[in-house]
Amino acid sequence: MKSAVVLAPGLNRDRDMITALAQVSGQAPQTLWQTETTLPDGLDLIVIPGGFSFGDYLRCGAIAARMPVMRAVADAAERGVMVMGVCNGFQILVEAGLLPGALMRNTSLKFVSREVKLEVANANTAFTRRFEPNQVIRCPVAHHDGNYFADGETLARLEGEGQVAFRYAEGTNPNGSMNDIAGIVNDKGNVLGLMPHPENLIEAAHGGEDGRAIFESALAKVA
Amino acid sequence: MRRQNLTLDRMIQNTRPITNELVASHGLKPDEYQRILDLIGREPSFTELGIFSAMWNEHCSYKSSKRWLRTLPTSGPQVIQGPGENAGVVDIGDGDCVVFKMESHNHPSYIEPYQGAATGVGGILRDVFTMGARPIAAMNALRFGAPDHPKTRHLVSGVVAGVGGYGNAFGVPTVGGEVNFDPRYNGNCLVNAFAAGLAKTDAIFYSKAEGVGLPVVYLGAKTGRDGVGGATMASAEFDEKIEEKRPTVQVGDPFTEKCLLEACLELMASGAVIAIQDMGAAGLTCSAVEMGAKGDLGIELDLDKVPVREEAMTAYEMMLSESQERMLMVLRPEQEEEAQAIFRKWGLDFAIVGKTTDDLRFRVMHQGEEVANLPIKQLGDEAPEYDRPLVEPTARAPLAPDDIPQTDVADALLKLLASPDLSSRRWVYEQYDTYIQGNGLQRPGGDAGVVRVEGHAKKALAFSSDVTPRYCEADPFEGGKQAVAECWRNLTATGALPLAATDNLNFGNPEKPEIMGQFAAAVKGIGEACRTLEFPIVSGNVSLYNETNGQAILPTPTIGGVGLLSDWSRMARIGFAAENQPILLVGAPRQWGSHLAQSIYMRDLHGRTDGPPPPVDLAQERKVGDFVRRLIERGLTRSVHDVSDGGLAVALAEMAMASGIGAAVPGLEDIDPVPVFFGEDQNRYLVAMDLDPQDGALEDIWREAEEAGIFAPWIGTTGGSDLKLGHSRRVAVSDLIAAHESWFPSFMENEV
Repeated sequence: MKSAVVLAPGLNRDRDMITALAQVSGQAPQTLWQTETTLPDGLDLIVIPGGFSFGDYLRCGAIAARMPVMRAVADAAERGVMVMGVCNGFQILVEAGLLPGALMRNTSLKFVSREVKLEVANANTAFTRRFEPNQVIRCPVAHHDGNYFADGETLARLEGEGQVAFRYAEGTNPNGSMNDIAGIVNDKGNVLGLMPHPENLIEAAHGGEDGRAIFESALAKVA
Repeated sequence: MRRQNLTLDRMIQNTRPITNELVASHGLKPDEYQRILDLIGREPSFTELGIFSAMWNEHCSYKSSKRWLRTLPTSGPQVIQGPGENAGVVDIGDGDCVVFKMESHNHPSYIEPYQGAATGVGGILRDVFTMGARPIAAMNALRFGAPDHPKTRHLVSGVVAGVGGYGNAFGVPTVGGEVNFDPRYNGNCLVNAFAAGLAKTDAIFYSKAEGVGLPVVYLGAKTGRDGVGGATMASAEFDEKIEEKRPTVQVGDPFTEKCLLEACLELMASGAVIAIQDMGAAGLTCSAVEMGAKGDLGIELDLDKVPVREEAMTAYEMMLSESQERMLMVLRPEQEEEAQAIFRKWGLDFAIVGKTTDDLRFRVMHQGEEVANLPIKQLGDEAPEYDRPLVEPTARAPLAPDDIPQTDVADALLKLLASPDLSSRRWVYEQYDTYIQGNGLQRPGGDAGVVRVEGHAKKALAFSSDVTPRYCEADPFEGGKQAVAECWRNLTATGALPLAATDNLNFGNPEKPEIMGQFAAAVKGIGEACRTLEFPIVSGNVSLYNETNGQAILPTPTIGGVGLLSDWSRMARIGFAAENQPILLVGAPRQWGSHLAQSIYMRDLHGRTDGPPPPVDLAQERKVGDFVRRLIERGLTRSVHDVSDGGLAVALAEMAMASGIGAAVPGLEDIDPVPVFFGEDQNRYLVAMDLDPQDGALEDIWREAEEAGIFAPWIGTTGGSDLKLGHSRRVAVSDLIAAHESWFPSFMENEV
């Protein structure tokens, strides 16, 4: 798999993501600095990692959504390249219009860092096919603004079309997200936004490997 | 026209007459001012007075504490850099080293909790990456006033959010820390921030400038008026006018700091950096003087080149600003362009603001005028140093042997687990990112935070921050020893070999002989413990004048320690590992526990704060710790916890709660269970053995223990879902957890 990780000032889980992709795919991902306007040929997966892009002093992800590299990412997504945004990456994809809805401040109004349970709400996407339907996995979250919101029509469409990929399970919704939504895919199914951090639960040293199958699914899609 | 007026305004400011009141308002005593006059042979300009006050205040000059700090052990075969640089550096083998320090941000955090705590975290992270290390772990030791004091909730909420807000955005995991409450912190909370980073031993960067005529480069964020005079403020007592000091608190920008980290590491890798110093307390003044003085060079600064974000800043303001996220460097001139490109990429300011000179003068130019011209070495070296009068603390009489107020063991345990000081800190640490970087092996809630060393299959570092202020109040010498010993013990409990420590000494007004007596005794205790345990102090910080309206805080010498695990697959954790394992109390006295004075049991259940703290036998401490570490290294146990606040009962409950596995510990016949279960005797560890209790292997362990002079009785066995202590009733582990988890959230929701 040829993957790339977007780098921008303020993103801070880039190293975690690079390690995870290298471990799962056996191949180190390329990196894309935010000012680049063209992408390397033949990318299968572009990942926007977590962090606080440009400080997130405006709405989270609002500035990063307008960085030069995002136009190329949007074009790639249009061509069917897989794009995955985790945490701040999810917020950036939403702000860039690649995914619907919005991520608001947690209902607790506090940053929350803890392990939650996720239910695989659709095991039929490019990012979830290595899971069993409705499988419940562990996954850490670490965010201040993960409270997913969408208008009624959008929400109905997401639910109706199977675009909800992951849901907080067993009462562990940490942020007040509507319908316990933790991750969604776009209508074509090649863009995933996910609030939790699967890259921090992929090896024994992390205390589990539950996050691995997300990356393995993306790999399997390519293979 | 306007421009002219501004210039005039500045000139007036720099020629402002130096009155006695002006000198006093800079925190300088009349004899200290006389020292300045003698040193420079004339009256200082207003800017020069500001520079002296910045360099000679307690915070920067350590004038009251230096005499005592010199007595601390600071070297050892593992120590690469001891105190005196931005942070200490300790060898961890294979060409790697750990760089760490702890520093207080007490006064700012009381005035403006969010920004005060945030910039405390920012400052300590900068100290670490200034030396070329990428930060891998942070901790924070927080002390607040009584829970029912009207300001406490506001301070807890702001400080915790500030610590998280900065560390989370910067991208460093918070791996541990402390949160305690005591009325003595009502008017003066403590925020002690620790950071550690990893570097290569052949790529450590120092502040010593080398070479004449080289560019002095300003990097990072622009200079504003925030924090002007902050270090001087931190060197004075508080009174009711505290709110007026809000403008002396800086505002943090973790985004800029994260960019500064990446830019600095990139620049260091390029080979362009000769010397680097972060701008912390007293900003531009302190960093420039330090770089020059250490390198036996003069420094000339042109303030017109300093990037500013406010209009019409005076030389005085620029020299004393404590704006955050700024660095000063001496660069190789031939790599200037390369360096500039790196900083532009990260969106940071880059300006050549001066040069090194050979005249040992610190010269500051502004608007074509020389606003300061001072001898650079003397600014630092000739700072006043005091051997302040002190009174030895008086020893407290022990409690009478039959003075044991009674409470049922199970009742007492449940109350203590739900008390302010012993309840779960989940509410706090869930606001800190503990997952980032993906190397965390033990998160907050155990004895120590553990982080694996990137690039090594087996190596990991353990971190712990400790002090028991009520012990220090009752006996500063024993309390100082205990702070070091407990830190050493917590590292050992994971299986780590303790390497070195940093100290953050928080005390009251040193001009009071009884406070100075506390300080001196505590430092003596720390020194003695560090020597016996071969656990040198490699960095640190002193925070004095922690008083409000004449009321001092509890003496609080926080110790932050670092240990090395050679193989983390054999690490021990706090939770019981399995059912049916024999529990040994390694290092116990014959009656398991005996010392009740200064215990949490006495203070929180019986309102008693009389008597001496438990003494620490340092030789025994070391023997017991080394024995426990060997058990872990040999794979004989995966479950170890030191016994500290709350004694044996609380320690057992913590092991049960962390694992969901219960235990039965029958206690000793015909002995009062209160001291057994709640005594706070030192150098004790609970060790659940990975052994079948029936097969005789325990006999071998006991033989080894006996040969080492250690008593390690089998006090109980893991298993079931209840904790059963002595003859008291069984308590379900789920009930322990409910009690333990309840207090903090209810308190913050204003329900208790």
